[in-house]
Amino acid sequence: MNTFYSVCLVLVILSMLGLLYRVWKGPSTPDRLIALDAIGVMLISAIALISILFDTPFYIDAILLIAIMSFIGTVSFSKFIERGEIIERGSDR
Amino acid sequence: MKTNDVILQTTAKVVFFIIFLFSIHIFFTGHYAPGGGFVGGLLTTGAIVLLLLAFDLRTIQQILPFNFTIVTAIGLLLALGTAAGSIAFNVPFFTHAFDDFTLPLFGTTSLHTAMLFDSGVYLVVVGSAITIIQSIGGDD
Repeated sequence: MNTFYSVCLVLVILSMLGLLYRVWKGPSTPDRLIALDAIGVMLISAIALISILFDTPFYIDAILLIAIMSFIGTVSFSKFIERGEIIERGSDR
Repeated sequence: MKTNDVILQTTAKVVFFIIFLFSIHIFFTGHYAPGGGFVGGLLTTGAIVLLLLAFDLRTIQQILPFNFTIVTAIGLLLALGTAAGSIAFNVPFFTHAFDDFTLPLFGTTSLHTAMLFDSGVYLVVVGSAITIIQSIGGDD
């Protein structure tokens, strides 16, 4: 069964290399942003597979943490692309 | 043109509580599992940053009316007070103590004074990170 998980890990790393090619080559900024978001998902899968291979449950917290941080990073980058500022000041009342 | 981000705001309202509960979980399990005050504080900061992204700076200052530099000071005082409190019991500085208590809802619980020090670290991390983000985001 360990060979199966190792093959899965190699496939995940290969897809991560493909996404890295898109980050390097991507013609526009949103292409690079989507590729970085997908790299976060691939990182989550890689950590889950490594956690199975090392036979420890202590990496589960890192999976949820990377998911949250990847979401916040993607939201802030897309808000920067759309509006030009990340945190708005709000109206003076 | 007035933009309308109702999806981002609704998502942020739901996801904020998930991130906040996960940060509290990671803070309390720090003694037996990976985590602790630093990661818990950074995750709470991440939850507040998500609210800052979805809404604006002034709204968040109305929702959370804290002066976060004072939160940092309270955290430092808590950590220093935990470390200095051991002097009162004639043991060296920074000696921790623990005992088993029978609480009404939780049953027999092992309480440790390292928890108080950890909550000091939590408050310092939350206070300083939110102070940095608010002071950078408030500039024009």
